[in-house]
Amino acid sequence: MLLSEGDLGAIILTLELASIVTAILLVLGTPIAWWLARTKSWWKGPLGAVVALPLVLPPSVLGFYLLLTMGPHGPVGQFTQWLGLGTLPFTFWGLVVGSVFYSLPFMVQPVQNAFEAIGERPLEVAATLRASPLDSFFSVALPLALPGFLTASILTFAHTVGEFGVVLMIGGNIPDETRVASVQIYDHVEALEYDQAHRLSGVMLAFSFLVLLALYAWRPNPKKV
Amino acid sequence: MNIADIRARIDLRFPEFSLNVDLTIPGCGVTALFGHSGSGKTTLLRCIAGLERAPGGQVSVAGQVWQEGETFVPTHQRPLGYVFQEASLFPHLSVKSNLEYGRKRVDGSDGHKVSLDHAIELLGIGHLLGRKPDRLSGGERQRVAIARALALSPRLLLMDEPLAALDLARKQEILPYLERLHDELAIPILYVSHAPDEVARLADHIVVMEGGRAVATGPLTETLARLDLPIRLGEDVGVVLDTVVAARDEKWHLAHMEFAGGRLWVRDHGLPVGHRARVRILARDISLARTPVTGTSILNTLPAVVVDSVDDSHPALTLVKLHVGELPLLARLTRRSAHELVLTPGRLVYAQIKAVALIG
Repeated sequence: MLLSEGDLGAIILTLELASIVTAILLVLGTPIAWWLARTKSWWKGPLGAVVALPLVLPPSVLGFYLLLTMGPHGPVGQFTQWLGLGTLPFTFWGLVVGSVFYSLPFMVQPVQNAFEAIGERPLEVAATLRASPLDSFFSVALPLALPGFLTASILTFAHTVGEFGVVLMIGGNIPDETRVASVQIYDHVEALEYDQAHRLSGVMLAFSFLVLLALYAWRPNPKKV
Repeated sequence: MNIADIRARIDLRFPEFSLNVDLTIPGCGVTALFGHSGSGKTTLLRCIAGLERAPGGQVSVAGQVWQEGETFVPTHQRPLGYVFQEASLFPHLSVKSNLEYGRKRVDGSDGHKVSLDHAIELLGIGHLLGRKPDRLSGGERQRVAIARALALSPRLLLMDEPLAALDLARKQEILPYLERLHDELAIPILYVSHAPDEVARLADHIVVMEGGRAVATGPLTETLARLDLPIRLGEDVGVVLDTVVAARDEKWHLAHMEFAGGRLWVRDHGLPVGHRARVRILARDISLARTPVTGTSILNTLPAVVVDSVDDSHPALTLVKLHVGELPLLARLTRRSAHELVLTPGRLVYAQIKAVALIG
């Protein structure tokens, strides 16, 4: 067997986490990207900066704040306790929340660029053809931005697979709950299990390369409008 | 003001541009919004469509209020068709799906005056239905865009320089289709253009825009013949007359074109008898005589009455307005000739027309 049961569990958990985060961000990131692409509001700058923060912030900083907010004394923690859900840190769903923040720019920015590239005109055309704003969003903007969504989803998925710092801060190292592949490799190295670290790292390397290859080689050309 | 008319009162002010018009446009035929780029024609069209918001503006079409006070009907609820300057087809949809996009969103209770098949036939795009827009030529794309707007059976068709992005050959390819719209459909068209040949060919009415204002508005023939603001249709001032082919002279390859004030010989372009066509006569191609002239090479001489005259662009020249029957002509003469002929209003003269251009 190439991978141990623990390694396999870590990989499955990682893929599960990345899929859920990508799905959530598709729903959450799209309206943010739409707003950022089309607004003339003064708030565009500040919100754009907030969305981009995870690009430059050390993951430990993000993890630290999330830990405090979601912890038993933080506002989110108190709310989840009030709901009877306990606290989020060191659970799978805590990891999901952290990853959603951490991967936000990877979803929002490509989608925002795609929306901006469409421009105002196709939506004006749709309006003169009796399509309401919501209608034209689904029938014109989404199909035209599809390549952007593809890029964004792949990047988000891959970036979530690769995260480590945030996981360490708010996820800890609980098998089948928060022990994702990157943490598992770290464990192997700490335990001087270089063989296992090698194998898992190799799998991750191959996976990452294939994802990026798909992104760069097969990305559909942006259609001429 | 007729209930079927189109009314637009727009007052828009920007630091570097303002638009201030109060227009009543007839609810039939083609009205050209004519002027240089930057004169506000497109902005006016966008205000009428609701694509641009002009606070305090007023727009009503055929008795329907589209904008007034607090009322602002959003674009997608206005029964209009809009053809943009550049190809505006949805690239992700086939020609057929593009045509159906608007049509299936129209509330059918109003009755489809223009069937989809009719629109496809009018624009000659039946063979293109299965294609994607990127497989069409520029002219074909624009024809599809026009058919797509027509298939909505709009109360008003707005066209923003639909031919401006096309080369001359493509333009010539589309103009006959536009003439068919004009002849066969009862949809009023607002046609933005800075191209004199399109205006001369298509327009029944004209609104001349300059610096965000409408400086002249009225029926095409009379407006072009106004002496107070001579409107150049391209190279020179002149008039455009609606004529019908009355007879053809096969021996000399000439056609006799009849209009309300008389007949004119033009070169025979093969148009059948009874066909409607427009002719353009430039002021510089008309000379005047007090008595009928014989022994001249000029084929077209029409008796006319002097209406008025004004100084022309050069101090040596004068521009004389004549009436042939009910229809106006403009003639450019030297002031010396005008003085020697004593061209006082009401005087009968003979207009010798050196050139008549058949347009479309």
